[in-house]
Amino acid sequence: MTVKSTSRARKKAAPGVPDSLRTGQDAPAELVQLLTPEGERVENPEFPLTVTPEELRALYRDLVLVRRFDGEATALQRQGELGLWASLLGQEAAQVGSGRAMRENDYAFPTYREHGVAWCRGVDPLNLLGMFRGVNHGGWDPNEKNFHLYTIVIGSQTLHATGYAMGITKDGAEDAVIAYFGDGASSQGDVNEAFTFASVYNAPVVFFCQNNQWAISEPTTTQTRIPLYRRAAGFGFPGVRVDGNDVLACLAVTRWALDRARSGSGPVLIEAFTYRMGAHTTSDDPTRYRSSEETEAWKAKDPISRLRAHLEREGLADEEFFAAVDAESEALGLRVREGVRSMPDPDPTLIFDHVYAEPHALVAEERAEYVAYAQSFEGGE
Amino acid sequence: MSKLSMSKAINEGLRSCLEADPKTLVMGEDVGKLGGVFRVTDGLQKDFGEDRVIDTPLAESGIVGTAIGLALRGYRPVVEIQFDGFVYPAFDQIVTQLAKMHARALGHVKMPVTIRIPYAGGIGAVEHHSESHEAYFAHTAGLRVVTPSNPDDAYWMLRQSVESDDPVIFLEPKARYWDKAEISAAPALDLHAAKVVRPGTDLTLLAYGPTVKTCLEAAAAAEQDGHRLEVVDLRSLSPIDFPTLAASIKRTGRAVVVHEAPVFMGMGAELAARLTEQCFYHLEAPVLRVGGYYAPYPPSRVEEQFLPDLDRVLDAVDRALAF
Repeated sequence: MTVKSTSRARKKAAPGVPDSLRTGQDAPAELVQLLTPEGERVENPEFPLTVTPEELRALYRDLVLVRRFDGEATALQRQGELGLWASLLGQEAAQVGSGRAMRENDYAFPTYREHGVAWCRGVDPLNLLGMFRGVNHGGWDPNEKNFHLYTIVIGSQTLHATGYAMGITKDGAEDAVIAYFGDGASSQGDVNEAFTFASVYNAPVVFFCQNNQWAISEPTTTQTRIPLYRRAAGFGFPGVRVDGNDVLACLAVTRWALDRARSGSGPVLIEAFTYRMGAHTTSDDPTRYRSSEETEAWKAKDPISRLRAHLEREGLADEEFFAAVDAESEALGLRVREGVRSMPDPDPTLIFDHVYAEPHALVAEERAEYVAYAQSFEGGE
Repeated sequence: MSKLSMSKAINEGLRSCLEADPKTLVMGEDVGKLGGVFRVTDGLQKDFGEDRVIDTPLAESGIVGTAIGLALRGYRPVVEIQFDGFVYPAFDQIVTQLAKMHARALGHVKMPVTIRIPYAGGIGAVEHHSESHEAYFAHTAGLRVVTPSNPDDAYWMLRQSVESDDPVIFLEPKARYWDKAEISAAPALDLHAAKVVRPGTDLTLLAYGPTVKTCLEAAAAAEQDGHRLEVVDLRSLSPIDFPTLAASIKRTGRAVVVHEAPVFMGMGAELAARLTEQCFYHLEAPVLRVGGYYAPYPPSRVEEQFLPDLDRVLDAVDRALAF
């Protein structure tokens, strides 16, 4: 009886889901777009953007190389070189656009899928693979490029970003922070707590939500009944929905938000409306929960082909340029392939390294036990 | 220094830390104007300002999560969780993020965050205000867990915790907040050293936090019956100073562990197992445990039956001595 009424209630509520939330093809009206899927430049008076041909070509190069790195990593997982890979396929523009909007002293707090942001920050792509190969849990020095370690627990990093931004305010510095998260994470308490802290302390943090429409198998409609960017209003700061497959719009909106944060006007929520073309990770099977029609429709909005169309339409790049990028892409693929295959396993005593910053008696004791045990095998059969 | 209550000693400890390092921050719910619900942070915001003694939104995960970010920016946050039972919403940030950040970064970042938690029972509080959750934290590698039993240790251990580059869970036995004692001019011990607080020859009582006082009272009572009990205050629950503990047991041949947390899977289990391994040939009896029952912390009208008191400690002593 109870089950029946619950299912009836769910059915009744379903038609109320706003169209703009559906994973379909209709671009919601609020979407900031500067480059159409056909590669035509459009203006948005709220987010003006001037880019030189050279900058456009650089963005194209970023997009292509990031996609190549990602594709190589997916292939390496299939070959057994990586234990897992979380592909960013389809989200290159959201990541490159927002990543290139950052200044050197800004700080990014990623999830585990921000390979394109890492690229923009100058983190060696091979550093990102250690975790997926199983040789470390991150490993790079976050302060070297102001790019924090990947965070697996959903949404935790949004609080770290907010705290870091609170520190910037205390320092009186003119830096800003970007916290990356997904549509699924928007349901997490931590993300909502981060919104609260950022708002009440007016912290210079930009919340960059890549709404790629799917949290593993759960659609955005399972996370929210309103468009995600509108959540910001309830916390007292602006929310903007940007075409996440449009690198120029992502660049312009993120640059605006970061400048705004730097000037002391507090946080902004950016919802990059995009699509995860691949699986959630290589362990996932998206054919079980979404249609090929949906994926095909999004293919028409591809971030790379639309920028290439623009470059060609405006005569801003020639065949020589595209060939050079392709060659560079091949070289990157090779470097990643060889780099991963020659990545050494860590010494097992890594288990005991860095558990604590200062000596800890139990760790020291167990390390000594392990070393003695391991040595007992040396020279044995 | 004159005699201070434990709550005032912690207040003075925080004050010293705020004075010593401009990067030290105090954060938590009601820590500013109110001075905390136990007044432990009384007057600190008035003297150090709202930027350093920060009243936070009511969100424990947010408090710890933003403290992690502040630590990444070079700050040294000391956060207050208002009551033991409220730490669970922050548990994820503590065990999956705070505890592991240093290791994940292969040592490139440090996490000097101190989390102060008033814990344990005996004050007639309502639900979720009397819990002993030390085993959860001690079980998590990457965290340090300490608990003082008296004002002098509270003052110095807090300062040592704040100075540590590792995250420290600082458990304050709230039933002892009003006990008074002199504060030493300098710390007598390393943060993680255990201390023989009463020497004896017949049996060792192992205790920490709120039960140290209970054990000292039990030892005094046992003396009337001609039993000389040694009392060791663990002070640190991660790491545990096993050499000091083992040395005591090798002297006395018997041990009883006393804590408020449920006995099952508690600190006593670890202590009994390890000390049995280390002192097997010196033991005249199994290491016995006295603690809470495997039940939710009870309503306050029956908490005296849940908490280890003098009689339950002495009963265990008698059982150990009878072997």
